Amino acid sequence: MKQFIRYLPLLLLALGWELAARLELVSTTALPPLSEVVVAWIDMIKTGELVTNGLASLYRAGAGLGLSIVIGGVLGIAMAWSKPVNVLVAPLVEMFYPLPKSALIPVTVIWLGFGDGSKILLIFLGCMLPVTIGAFNGARSSEQVLVWSARSMGAHKLRMLWDVVVPSAMPELLNGIRTALALSFILLVSSELIVAQMGFGYLIGYLGANGNYDAMYAVVLTVAFLGFAADRIYLLITKRTLAWRE
Amino acid sequence: MKAPLDRSRRLGRVHATMSVPAQIVVDQVSHLYRPPRGREVLALDQVSLDVANREFVALLGPSGCGKSTLLYLIGGFLPVETGAILVDGKPVAAPGPDRGIVFQHFALFPWKTVRGNILYGLERQGMPKDEREQRALDFIELVGLNGFEDSYPSQLSGGMKQRTAIARTLAFDPKILLMDEPFGALDAQTRGLMQAELLRIWQRTPKTVIFVTHDVQEAVYLADRVAVMSARPGRIKTIVDTKFDKNDPAIFKAKAFVEKVDEIWNLVKDEAIKAQGKRT
Repeated sequence: MKQFIRYLPLLLLALGWELAARLELVSTTALPPLSEVVVAWIDMIKTGELVTNGLASLYRAGAGLGLSIVIGGVLGIAMAWSKPVNVLVAPLVEMFYPLPKSALIPVTVIWLGFGDGSKILLIFLGCMLPVTIGAFNGARSSEQVLVWSARSMGAHKLRMLWDVVVPSAMPELLNGIRTALALSFILLVSSELIVAQMGFGYLIGYLGANGNYDAMYAVVLTVAFLGFAADRIYLLITKRTLAWRE
Repeated sequence: MKAPLDRSRRLGRVHATMSVPAQIVVDQVSHLYRPPRGREVLALDQVSLDVANREFVALLGPSGCGKSTLLYLIGGFLPVETGAILVDGKPVAAPGPDRGIVFQHFALFPWKTVRGNILYGLERQGMPKDEREQRALDFIELVGLNGFEDSYPSQLSGGMKQRTAIARTLAFDPKILLMDEPFGALDAQTRGLMQAELLRIWQRTPKTVIFVTHDVQEAVYLADRVAVMSARPGRIKTIVDTKFDKNDPAIFKAKAFVEKVDEIWNLVKDEAIKAQGKRT
């Protein structure tokens, strides 16, 4: 019941959408009725169009995000751990951080072409910094006495890094990854909208250009839902990982 | 600054009267604390101290007298730059499992349960799984935390956290126990209970203990000898013998005990006043 009330505004929005379109309060080209969008969605599932394009997109987002988590996490912890690494990398991070990563879409295409590679590279570049910064801040906050405790119990330096610094960094690191997760969807769709032969973004652009608006809305809603679901699942994982924080 | 070693040995080892060679030798150790910003401070000035095997020594002094610094130097957490510290005849170079430490704020791994915290040191020592599981249970039992094996530190009271920390350190069986104001963060009742418990445990598993505190009664009650430290720069002002029958339930009211507390309190008072004066 609580869950129902929580999502009631969504239901009202859907109802309002349907009514506005049916009563022709707005042009049905601009906003086809929700029911027709749902029909278009079912059609696209049946033909497999949504699934093939969706899998292509998820592969790109997953690969880019995965790379950014591994490399960004290692880089952030290395920055907190070693002064030389920090001196070398920190200015690059500071300069690169405010750059809108969508500006790199043409660059990545020149480097890696129209296929998966350019999207994965873009998502990787865009998602890496929030992860790096989260890992850096988290690792830097690891308590001296915990490090000392581990050392006095016989942990050598690398072992201690894994046993103390990494778990200490975890809350902030997981926060950074959440930001990266949202960014990955944004960069995925915008890069596919501009140059791609496959994927959610490509499908939205292609259907829109051909006036196939109910199908286009179906794809937009699918992306919105996937983004929402990914965030929810991620929060659940975070909560379980950080169960020790009460 | 003049080299500290050039000065005469005012506080040479007058009090080192043990016939057996000491297990811990602190010889003319000075330590300069360099904060990231601001002026450097002489935290310890030519401190010498010998501690015998299985002896319980308290370092007593006002806040900021460098008693914790001395403990960290013995632990190998800070580098010995002037003077020498020997443990079992070997200079201290790094932390090691021969010297276990218990901190004021427990320093438990918050992401590990009580059991996980206690197991950690045993894992690092490479103890076989069955053996270390059994040993962890024994030490949980020893400090009376049965039923809380799978609790995280955030779910425990202060006293329980400190008992976990003590069990964690005792479990991997260090020869030397370094304790940095271990009961300082606890309320008065819990502190009294923990003191008695520490003595009980110490009598069962005898170890060399260096115990940092600013509580005179605690020092006299727990320790065989109390090293009274002066306000910054930290020096050992004097060392007082404080051997009493610890199992006497009326010890806190015994005349000899009360007088000893008084005597040491008078020594500390001047230093505490000096320390206060320097702060304001």
